Amino acid sequence: MGYLGGFLVSLRQIGRKQRVTTQYPKEKAPKPVRVHGRHVLNRYEDGMEKCIGCELCAGVCPARCIYVRGADNPVDDPVSPGERYGFVYEINYLRCIHCDLCVEACPTEAITESKMFEFSFTSRSDAIYTKAELVVDDEGMPRKLPWEDWRPGEDLHTSAWMRATAPAGDARFEGVVGWSGELGYGLRAPEAAQDVKDAITTPDEFVDEHGHDADPHGPVGHDGLSHDETDPHTQGHGGH
Amino acid sequence: MFGGDPLLSGQVDLAVVLIVLLKVVLVFAFLLVATMLMIWFERKVVGDLQNRIGPNTAGPFGLFQTFADGVKFFFKEDLLPDRAERRVFILAPLLTVVPAFLLFCIVPFGGDFSNGANGTVEIFGHETFLQLANPPIGILFALAMSSIAVYGVMLAGWSSGSKYPLLGSVRASAQMVSYEAALGLSVCAVVLTTGTLDTHQIVAAQAGDGWGSFIPNWNLLVAGIVPFIVFLLASQAELNRPPFDLVEAEQELVGGYHTEYSSIRFALFFVAEFMNSVTMAAIIVTLFLGGPAGPAPIGPGWLWGVFWFFLKVIAFLFLFVWIRGTVPRVRYDQLMDLGWKVLIPLSLGWLLVLATFHVARDQHWNGLVVVPIAAAIALTFFGLLRFAMATAKANRLEGVVE
Repeated sequence: MGYLGGFLVSLRQIGRKQRVTTQYPKEKAPKPVRVHGRHVLNRYEDGMEKCIGCELCAGVCPARCIYVRGADNPVDDPVSPGERYGFVYEINYLRCIHCDLCVEACPTEAITESKMFEFSFTSRSDAIYTKAELVVDDEGMPRKLPWEDWRPGEDLHTSAWMRATAPAGDARFEGVVGWSGELGYGLRAPEAAQDVKDAITTPDEFVDEHGHDADPHGPVGHDGLSHDETDPHTQGHGGH
Repeated sequence: MFGGDPLLSGQVDLAVVLIVLLKVVLVFAFLLVATMLMIWFERKVVGDLQNRIGPNTAGPFGLFQTFADGVKFFFKEDLLPDRAERRVFILAPLLTVVPAFLLFCIVPFGGDFSNGANGTVEIFGHETFLQLANPPIGILFALAMSSIAVYGVMLAGWSSGSKYPLLGSVRASAQMVSYEAALGLSVCAVVLTTGTLDTHQIVAAQAGDGWGSFIPNWNLLVAGIVPFIVFLLASQAELNRPPFDLVEAEQELVGGYHTEYSSIRFALFFVAEFMNSVTMAAIIVTLFLGGPAGPAPIGPGWLWGVFWFFLKVIAFLFLFVWIRGTVPRVRYDQLMDLGWKVLIPLSLGWLLVLATFHVARDQHWNGLVVVPIAAAIALTFFGLLRFAMATAKANRLEGVVE
């Protein structure tokens, strides 16, 4: 057909029902498991808050959108296990870039991200989420604010990528649980292992037959030790 | 000034004025509605061609999407840039919109042309054409109006006081001026064939049956297919439609000459652009496909004329959208090459060949002699042109390429 072949190609598309459009406000496309949404502040299974007010999240935040003020736990009615807790915790969503560095920095997995990015507040004060909005409710579910568009089931995914990677990035610990239980969920299962090796970034000689990192002098810190024994979170949580 | 229309040849009384006013309102309303529907049609069809859905929320099948957009434009803030040349900036969109409206005046959009009828209708006892005005200069008026529209684009870019609009408008004026030539030359071929500038008579000349009894006497066939194709391509460039939308080239120029425009002023440009698409389709239909001429098997003939006219226009609008959905944007040098080195020589050569045949027919020369000689001369000039272009290119590349 030469020059005019293209016209047939486009004409044939008419009436062909192969559109992939999702009618967004009516239905939502499924979100990838590691989407970064708005944060939640998690609690332990007994209802204690995980946040210890260490301010590491605020320190690492490149957008400087997190404000934390820690305080000593009241002796008779502690908010979190241990000495300190997050007395004030605020995230300004006009500034947050959802980079998840706060999630990586958090030593107690207190702050994780849900997959909720569909929120449109209409005032600046609504944009600043405080503990009242961020801390999960008594079922361990994120609080649903009026300007947020939650659909059934969406609140179940609050921390997937945390459980997706092996501790310290070492593939030998893949599938080994290295995190504490959560209110409403208990000890969450690790994400399914990645069975296809990343052929682009990992040279062949460093990969064993299972597609795992086979480097004997690999990342330091975990060699020869059982992960469960060394992880501070699984043990520390019962100590309050 | 309104020559040819039997309505204005006699005594001009109140009824005549009212009929003219009625036609004005009719054409004005038609253009606005047609533009609205054209925008919807374009978005819907191009969505279909690209496996998308297109507007589907406002009204049934998204029909009121354009209306909603228009309302939104009205309520947006009207910005006037600090560096803008205020008066020109305000004037420019009007310079684009007014010619777009005026262009349609000369298009016959109905009337009975079947069985030798002269295309008039009777309203309130007055014979008249179904066309707003029928000036003797006819199709020249269309060329004049589309040239004025270039000023709107040019002044808009210049008066914005910003560099991307200026680049866009420089491109626009260069492109539109270049393609105006090819456009005019292919119109010349039609004028030569029908022997008149008058759009009503151009349609009337195409009304009868051509060879056999079923092939229409359209200029598309009578003037040869070449002027039609040249006109179609040049009109796309003249309309700044893809694949010749370098003027707007969103990826490079942020929208071209109307970058600094917002609110209703931007809407005017937008409306003018789509209105010109409709009008250009109507002019193509008038010039090459016999406008409202067509068979009238049953019922009033003028209604059939309107029907044939709209059928043809819609077919061309679909073609426009189809071209847009298929062909990627050309490069600027390709655009200029196509205009100056292909379309203009082609339409000029075809005009000369047509003129030769007309003279030969009038002088009763032997066709068997005329055709080979014409072909030989045409081929010689084509060869010379190619040679000149190759030489120019060789000279240009000398010293650049080893």
